[in-house]
Amino acid sequence: MMERIRSFFRTFLLFELVKGLMLTGRYFLSPKLTVQFPEEKTPQSPRFRGLHALRRYPNGEERCIACKLCEAVCPALAITIESEKREDNTRRTTRYDIDLTKCIFCGFCEESCPVDSIVETRILEYHGERRGDLVYTKEMLLAIGDRYEEEIAQDRAEDAKYR
Amino acid sequence: MEWLAEIIGAPAAATLWTLAKIVAIVIAVTLSVAYLTLAERKVIGYMQLRLGPNRVGPKGLLQPFADVLKLLVKEIIIPTGANKFLFISAPVLSLMPALAAWAVIPFTDGAVVSNIDAGLLYVLAITSMGVYGVIVAGWASNSKYAFLGAMRSAAQIVAYEIAMGFALVCVLMMSGSLNLSVIVDSQRTAYGLLGWNLLPLLPMFVVYFISAVAETNRAPFDVAEGESEIVAGFHVEYSGTAFAVFFLAEYANMILVSALAALMFLGGWLSPFPFLPDGFFWFAAKVAFLLFCFLWFRATFPRYRYDQIMRLGWKVFIPLTIVWLLLIGVLMRMSWWPW
Repeated sequence: MMERIRSFFRTFLLFELVKGLMLTGRYFLSPKLTVQFPEEKTPQSPRFRGLHALRRYPNGEERCIACKLCEAVCPALAITIESEKREDNTRRTTRYDIDLTKCIFCGFCEESCPVDSIVETRILEYHGERRGDLVYTKEMLLAIGDRYEEEIAQDRAEDAKYR
Repeated sequence: MEWLAEIIGAPAAATLWTLAKIVAIVIAVTLSVAYLTLAERKVIGYMQLRLGPNRVGPKGLLQPFADVLKLLVKEIIIPTGANKFLFISAPVLSLMPALAAWAVIPFTDGAVVSNIDAGLLYVLAITSMGVYGVIVAGWASNSKYAFLGAMRSAAQIVAYEIAMGFALVCVLMMSGSLNLSVIVDSQRTAYGLLGWNLLPLLPMFVVYFISAVAETNRAPFDVAEGESEIVAGFHVEYSGTAFAVFFLAEYANMILVSALAALMFLGGWLSPFPFLPDGFFWFAAKVAFLLFCFLWFRATFPRYRYDQIMRLGWKVFIPLTIVWLLLIGVLMRMSWWPW
């Protein structure tokens, strides 16, 4: 009986509704979590998996030996490699395409690479304006590697002890 | 005003003067609607720990103009099989009452376009016309979702109008007039806040405000739109300018019912404390607070189920208002009324 009276008054005094309003009212006044993206950025891990790059050795020789492990492991079939023998009898790629519209950024290519050639960098702000723009060729990937080599090397060194 | 009457004659000058007032009110209401949409996005954003729009103009202050511009340059698509004349006239039918009702709203002492004695009756009659816009839009669209939305909306508005009317009848009994300026003046006492109709009629104020939320089809009573069930309800087929007009009507109605609540229960332009002067800014502050409550409700409550809305309207509000009406009648008759 007491319980019924109490619930009657709770209903008519809109007790639950006021409680709900208090909750949203509290959040209205609390500090906001929004990160103003182009001006502010969230911290990134050295393991961040963004845009791909192909690396070179310090003497300028490209690392990739065309073993095609990355092509084989790629779950999205985003990597296409063609290779041939160079004049000095080493095997090198003639074509190394990554279709970024297929890529799922799982990082398997990076893990499978025996010479740390294909890596995923911290770059996440890139775009394409036409259909073919997001198919990255060997030259484009090498250029990214050359440009960000310092950052890439540092991230690998930082993560090396956990590998 | 006098120099104008000398040039073109008194009747023409009076017409022009009234026209100028109408234009001023329409512009003010439209601007308020524009910034109400921005306030809505900001307030709901803040309640969800976001910032809301802040890129267009300083602090996002030009966002409403960007939205309006976007809507105005869009194409108006008229669906196959739609009744073209009714389809186009429906948004106008819903906007017209929302603007026409402002004719009798006093903004401050004496600042009213037409100070008629049956002001409240006029407001109730005019706002009831708004439901035709919704019904006509739903019927003319030739779409099942629009039709369902219109049916729901019509049933809901009819149900809540009764409770709203009864709540306002209590105010009429207290002040003994239908003239909105007189109703506000009757709340003027030496005690400021305590003299308003809010305190003796608190349950009626709650009923009125909840009914007002239901009348304007706002969350949590927005089954007429019901995004998850019937897409967007009665205006699902509307685009471009026609949609913008519906949008304008909905928000203008929100401002209108808030203004009415401020006049009826919160003492209009009267100051809450006897030592502070009365003025328009009190009215504006009260309306702004009530509008904030609209947004607050939308950010807080989930949508009512359709049968729950009907139960609340017919089985809770109407009996409650009738009981309170009788109670007040008896108290006033017996002169036990403290106010």
